[in-house]
Amino acid sequence: MPQFDPTFFTTQLFWLYVTFVVLYVLLSTIAMPKIGEVLEERQRKIDDNLDKAAALKTDAEAAIALYEKALASSRAEAQQILRTSGEALAKQAEQRQKELGERLAAQIKAGEARIMAAKDQALAHVREVAADVAKSASTRLTGVVLDDAKVSAAVAVALEERR
Amino acid sequence: MANPVEQFKIEPLVPLDIGGVNVSFTNSALVMVVSVCLVTAFLTLSVRGRALVPGRWQSMAEVFYEFVANMIRDNVGSQGRKYFPFIFTLFMFVLFGNLLGMVPYTFAYTSHIIVTFGLAIIVFVGVTIIGFARHGLHYLRMFFPQGAPLATAVILVPIELISYCSRPFSLAIRLFANMTVGHIILKVMAGFIVALGVFGILPMAFLGAVTVLEFGIALLQAYVFTILSCIYLHDAIHMH
Repeated sequence: MPQFDPTFFTTQLFWLYVTFVVLYVLLSTIAMPKIGEVLEERQRKIDDNLDKAAALKTDAEAAIALYEKALASSRAEAQQILRTSGEALAKQAEQRQKELGERLAAQIKAGEARIMAAKDQALAHVREVAADVAKSASTRLTGVVLDDAKVSAAVAVALEERR
Repeated sequence: MANPVEQFKIEPLVPLDIGGVNVSFTNSALVMVVSVCLVTAFLTLSVRGRALVPGRWQSMAEVFYEFVANMIRDNVGSQGRKYFPFIFTLFMFVLFGNLLGMVPYTFAYTSHIIVTFGLAIIVFVGVTIIGFARHGLHYLRMFFPQGAPLATAVILVPIELISYCSRPFSLAIRLFANMTVGHIILKVMAGFIVALGVFGILPMAFLGAVTVLEFGIALLQAYVFTILSCIYLHDAIHMH
């Protein structure tokens, strides 16, 4: 086998070391830093983007917290307004009701007084009419003209008895 | 039928002599130079675009780079970063040697024992120097495990010493034997195709399968050579 022929051992080793050293120098000074740089740059970009995403997330969370706080405070405010206006309205309604009640009571009282007066008046008229009727009837029946005062008294007595 | 080992023959292209030593530029040296050019071109041109989302070539270059980087991180640890360029060069040199050998009419320099041994001896000498530089004479404890009874030193020290010194041989012979045998099988099979005429279809199908297997072996052996170097490096840095 040619592999075990020592004739070419020296030249093989010589060119092996020459090419290996050349490759080592080329890779370590040119190729590897380039590849390393590319990989590092990519890693940096990924990290940057992750950082950015995290920052945006915290921003968004802060905004949400702010929004929720605003929402809660405005809700409380609305509740407050609702309550105070409700109270005011209830008070007003109560006041109005009271006034209305008083007015109605006064009107009822006045009406009752009027009715009373009308009733008295009517009763007085009834007595007069009764006296007239009694006088006319007695005149027609007996032909005697009775004294007005007596007739009135008699009617009064009769009315008293009927009561 | 051509001799199946003829493909391993070294042919001087430019006879050279430095101080009486034969350093002729041979077909083997030519493929080494081609390999260096291809590796450099591949690794530099592919990342020229510096694309954030890599294309095919850039992806491949990054995969090789990260593959070796991870191998060192997992097997050597953070102190292995210094040796990353060397290990990466070793991996690419062996890998391209294996792959270029698969191209018809080229030459597989990793199928030569002197080349694989030349690479293995760099690893062996380098690792031993690193070991002594980091641990001083304490590195000799490599040959005698901590806590073993002193009486066992008679057996343990020679065994450890032999196992340590056989590392470059096992590294070199594994790669050399794999590549040589693979290429011989391919050549013999190809010879059968010609010899059998119409029935050559059978060895041809087999040859197709073996070619795929050989590409796998080309990758695998480059990986094995590199990871064993990493493990030896780990031993030298962290001891046992």
